[in-house]
Amino acid sequence: MSVLAFQRLRVPSTLVLGGTLLVLIATASVVGIWITPYDPAAFSVRVRLQPPSALHPFGTDEFGRDVLSRVLAGAHLSLATGFGAMAISLLVGVPLGLLAAFHRGVVQEVIMRGVDLVISLPPVLLGLLVLAVTPPGLGKTIAAVGLVYIPIMVRLTRAVALGLLEEDFVQAARARGEGALPILWHEILPNAWPPIIVECGLRVTFAILLGSALSFLGLGPQPPASEWGLMIAEGRDFLTQAPWVSLAPGLCLCVLLVSVNLVGEGLRERLDPHLSGRTHA
Amino acid sequence: MRMAAFLLRRLLGLIGVLLGMSVLIFGIIHILPGNVAYSILGEFATPAAVAQLEAKLGLNDPLPVQYWRWLSAMLHGDFGMSIVMNRPAASLIGEALGRSALLAGLAFGVIAAGGISLGLYAATHRGRISDKVLTLAQFVLIAVPEFFWAILAVLVFASWLNLLPATGYAPLDAGVADWAAHLVLPVLVLSFGLVAHVSRLTRSSMLEVLDSRFVLAARARGLPERRVLWRHALPNALLPAITVLAIDAGLLIGGIVVAETVFAYPGLGRLLVYAIERHDLPLLQVGMMVVTAIYALANFVAELLYAALNPRIRVAGATA
Repeated sequence: MSVLAFQRLRVPSTLVLGGTLLVLIATASVVGIWITPYDPAAFSVRVRLQPPSALHPFGTDEFGRDVLSRVLAGAHLSLATGFGAMAISLLVGVPLGLLAAFHRGVVQEVIMRGVDLVISLPPVLLGLLVLAVTPPGLGKTIAAVGLVYIPIMVRLTRAVALGLLEEDFVQAARARGEGALPILWHEILPNAWPPIIVECGLRVTFAILLGSALSFLGLGPQPPASEWGLMIAEGRDFLTQAPWVSLAPGLCLCVLLVSVNLVGEGLRERLDPHLSGRTHA
Repeated sequence: MRMAAFLLRRLLGLIGVLLGMSVLIFGIIHILPGNVAYSILGEFATPAAVAQLEAKLGLNDPLPVQYWRWLSAMLHGDFGMSIVMNRPAASLIGEALGRSALLAGLAFGVIAAGGISLGLYAATHRGRISDKVLTLAQFVLIAVPEFFWAILAVLVFASWLNLLPATGYAPLDAGVADWAAHLVLPVLVLSFGLVAHVSRLTRSSMLEVLDSRFVLAARARGLPERRVLWRHALPNALLPAITVLAIDAGLLIGGIVVAETVFAYPGLGRLLVYAIERHDLPLLQVGMMVVTAIYALANFVAELLYAALNPRIRVAGATA
């Protein structure tokens, strides 16, 4: 048992690499805005559209704002979108999934048909629909992206819980006469979390992607926010003269997405029993 | 008989989803805070103008009445008017849909062909450097957003190399070369990430099949490797790829919205974004309905295809 537990502690290299990158990005975004001499929101007309230099490593944008400072100041927005949306889909999706697994009949029907419905809207459209009618903003983007992933969490949690409900230890708890909530809390949930965490890890990438795509379309945080998707969109008008305005946030977004993806893959390697013994899927 | 029952059940499901979707779309647009008439006319509109518009759009009726009017009109083929452009929504959507379908069809072809062949190549070269390079490339490609591809593509092919037009659309009668040149970048941008996705999946399912006993048996019988690959392994490895292609149809629709916006390509995605920006709600709700209907149909077709290829699903699907 102890040997097995020790072996299972081995952390995949993807998880280490991705985790390190993620911590670096988070640290840079927190520390960076203190170190940089520029106010990310300050206009300075004399240094408009300057190419990257020692003074402005990522150049300046059409208002003379330092692109590096803006990128650093915007990092938390993408992180917030990804992890916030995931938190929403977990907080809403997991209880609904457990409920649907536990209460067959009307409750399950209502929940699962609702899930079928939401899942049959293409993700970007669902986001567009929510953001179309209300004024956009960070909170709404997070909510819209979270809404997209709720049905996936519900389906997954339900499937996992249905499997666990047949297990002996759950049957034993039932035979002991334990109520629904204690069974869900003490028996089902502790055993259901690995696949849920794996799914979350893989979905954070898509959540960040979707969130930045929505703000690229102008449906996320509004100017002067320095959300990366929005910055890329703003730089489009100067793409030929000043490509760095779009490229810098774009490349940062790619690095962020790759590192989140690495963490997701690492978690999967670590937690998914089907993959033990295999390397990349 | 069983296939007929399966088909009927799925068809009823499709109709249910479409009906539910119409309620959802209508509901979100009409229930969310924000007065429709004010959002169309702007916040400084005079109360008289607002009242007039509300009467014109029938916004004073109870919601179920409005919903029923919208739904029954749609079922009779009346898709309403675009209030901003003052044109029938049906013709606007029809034109845009044709151009989007062209984009989607081409991209889908590239994704299916590129993804499956790259996946096959990687699986048959397992462990070699080319396989490792492909795996790494896939990993990175999946993580790059479409809109960033679009920016890069415009920068390289339009700004620096001056090879292709950066934005727009040219009708076919203006010349095939011009028409095709406007399509290259959007199609490429749409395909990149999904090619990676499909090829990754094809590779892993192909590896699984190649390790199976019937492939071993086929090889043991001395069949030529080419025949083993194409006739024995591939058909079995493609099943999961088809499912993923159907899921990717949803991502493709999202990608089209983004790609059309970046490339100013006059398709359905751009029309929807336009409708959102200008608060053209009648156009928006019909457009959304059309896109979801297409998505639902794509899933329906994928399910049928899957069932036709894999008889086990027809039985298992009975409980789903």
